[in-house]
Amino acid sequence: MNRNIGKKKSLLRNSGIQTVIGSLLCILLGLLVGFIVLLIINPGGAAEAVLAILKNFLYYPSAVAATKYFGTTLVKASALLMCSLSVLFAWKVGLFNIGAAGQYVIGAGACLYFGLALKMPWYICLIAAVVAAGLVGAVSGFLKAYFNVNEVISCIMLNWIGLYCVNMLLTRVKEQSTPYTRTLKSANQSGLLPTLGLDKLFSNNEFVTIGLILAVVIAVLVWILLEKTKLGYELKATGFNKNAAKYCGMHEKRNIILTMAIAGGLAGCGAGIFYLTGIEQWMVQQTSVPAMGFNGIAAAFLGGSHPIGAIFSSYFIQHITSGGTYVDTTMYSSQISDLISAFIIYLCGFVLFFKVWLNKLLDRREEKLAGKGQKGGEA
Amino acid sequence: MLLLIQYTLIFASVLVLVALGGCFSEHGGVINIGLEGIMVIGALGGALMMKYLPAVTAAPLMILCVILGSVVAGMIFSLLLGVAAIRFNADQTLVGTALNLMGPAIAVVLVRAINTAESVDNVSSTVAYGGAKKAFLVNFGSFEFNWFMLIALLILIASYIVLYKTKFGLRLCACGEHPQAADSVGINVYKMRYAGVLISGALGGLGGLVYITAGVSEWKFENGVAGFGFLALAVMIFGQWKPVNIGLAALLFGLFRALSNVYTGFDALVALKLPSTLYNMLPYIISLLVLIFVSKKSRAPKAEGIPYDKGQR
Repeated sequence: MNRNIGKKKSLLRNSGIQTVIGSLLCILLGLLVGFIVLLIINPGGAAEAVLAILKNFLYYPSAVAATKYFGTTLVKASALLMCSLSVLFAWKVGLFNIGAAGQYVIGAGACLYFGLALKMPWYICLIAAVVAAGLVGAVSGFLKAYFNVNEVISCIMLNWIGLYCVNMLLTRVKEQSTPYTRTLKSANQSGLLPTLGLDKLFSNNEFVTIGLILAVVIAVLVWILLEKTKLGYELKATGFNKNAAKYCGMHEKRNIILTMAIAGGLAGCGAGIFYLTGIEQWMVQQTSVPAMGFNGIAAAFLGGSHPIGAIFSSYFIQHITSGGTYVDTTMYSSQISDLISAFIIYLCGFVLFFKVWLNKLLDRREEKLAGKGQKGGEA
Repeated sequence: MLLLIQYTLIFASVLVLVALGGCFSEHGGVINIGLEGIMVIGALGGALMMKYLPAVTAAPLMILCVILGSVVAGMIFSLLLGVAAIRFNADQTLVGTALNLMGPAIAVVLVRAINTAESVDNVSSTVAYGGAKKAFLVNFGSFEFNWFMLIALLILIASYIVLYKTKFGLRLCACGEHPQAADSVGINVYKMRYAGVLISGALGGLGGLVYITAGVSEWKFENGVAGFGFLALAVMIFGQWKPVNIGLAALLFGLFRALSNVYTGFDALVALKLPSTLYNMLPYIISLLVLIFVSKKSRAPKAEGIPYDKGQR
């Protein structure tokens, strides 16, 4: 019997399991808060609205349509996954990359410009997106390393500067009569990501491309880089203690810049695998940074800032974000899912406290059991 | 020219209020990245107050109620940060970011719910308050004086006195510099930190209200406050966490922000034929440059961002 308790204890003690429990609690509480807000607005349809958010593409009764929209959700989730990888990669090195949103914008600008104006094939466009966004990330890293500029603030400034620059750049490739950029389909077929037959799996959803596979592969690569390589070790060491890393002979400044460059590249790649599918055109009069990068923050922390966890959390966040469009708009607005994901990020702040609390609870229970065991022995 | 001064002053008022909010919070030891979200919620509180108060309300009463609406909304919202950061030792950057995302989301959801309740076809996230806004304005010739300019100045002076000349301010600063030492002389660090965060909520909320009443008479909440909360943080850093310097920094930033609104009135600037987008970018570019020059020898409160642990020495 003692053995059994020992097993159970070690399972709950496992930091990974604790993270998963914490994340699930965040989701539940987040949905609960969303539900309460809906109840306050209009008690009549709150339950249906939450269900609509959770059902997302299952809203469509026909299997064909549902699979098709499942594909669309996956495409968006793959871009979100890249953004969340960007955030968590920087976070592992002790930096908060709130600039994923801006780097994503730069990536979008670069790949669309290369695709639409220069008529480059898709792989060149994708590389352009990664490089451009990586450079912007590196700027934040450089400012942090050499001028001690708080990366959060410099990233926000770069988000806005990037947005205006991209709007200016893409005005050159916009359609005559609308504020949207031309479509890759009409302007440059070779700029579209190849589908490799994946579209057939999703009821001929032409937007499902190799981007999906690419995103998952990159997630695994990020995990390997962080956990299994010398570079990853050095980067993490720099994050823990800059001075100690320097003392050990690591180039702490270079590491900070490199981290932000990689983080930026990841976000840019996300923009590439999203916009190069042709699923959306860029609106050149946008006055706010796309939410993708910010949702990436939610996904990164909900996934316990683990690359593999991010795959699932990204899908979940995108699932409810897409699901938001199916709520009854005569009563509620689709932003309710933004509210839920924002609240989930907020709750993620408590996960650490939750772990400490859980460990204390387990300690106490163990002590009690140990005490009982002794008494039993005496008697 | 007069218009430029007017816009500079009103934007500077916004920045001063919000930056002072950040200043109080950080002097207490809590980094408040969430000012942007707090501004939106404060703006929402004020805008709804203006929408629902009858237009015949006397001007002073109107001003008071609207300010109260935004201040209370900002304070309640900032408590989310306070509780998480002070009671639950959460990561302050993370929670602040959550606040920034939550603010606009709450505002849009609420305003849309109100709009659709009024008429089913109205799915916009806009609140109009043209009539009520007049209470804040006094025209001197063509110069539109806004009471908030005076209020911002008074709060600036008050902040200086509170931070440097009162027991409360000095204790607050102690909690941000060395909380253990402060605790050892009997100061309740948790209480002081809550006070700092609440003040930042009040000032941030008020700043949000001023921002949405600057020049426009309706606000689309989907737009949030366009990074103004972060500009205010840059102002705060540029001002080295000191009220007077913050006031001067805010004037400078306000000037650049105002330029994007009124540059068409200057023949010399129009003759340069720069794209208008460039003027929109200007405040952000300037703040980035300024940060490069001042961040190296920054005088940030030493214990900011670190959850207070009683057992640590």
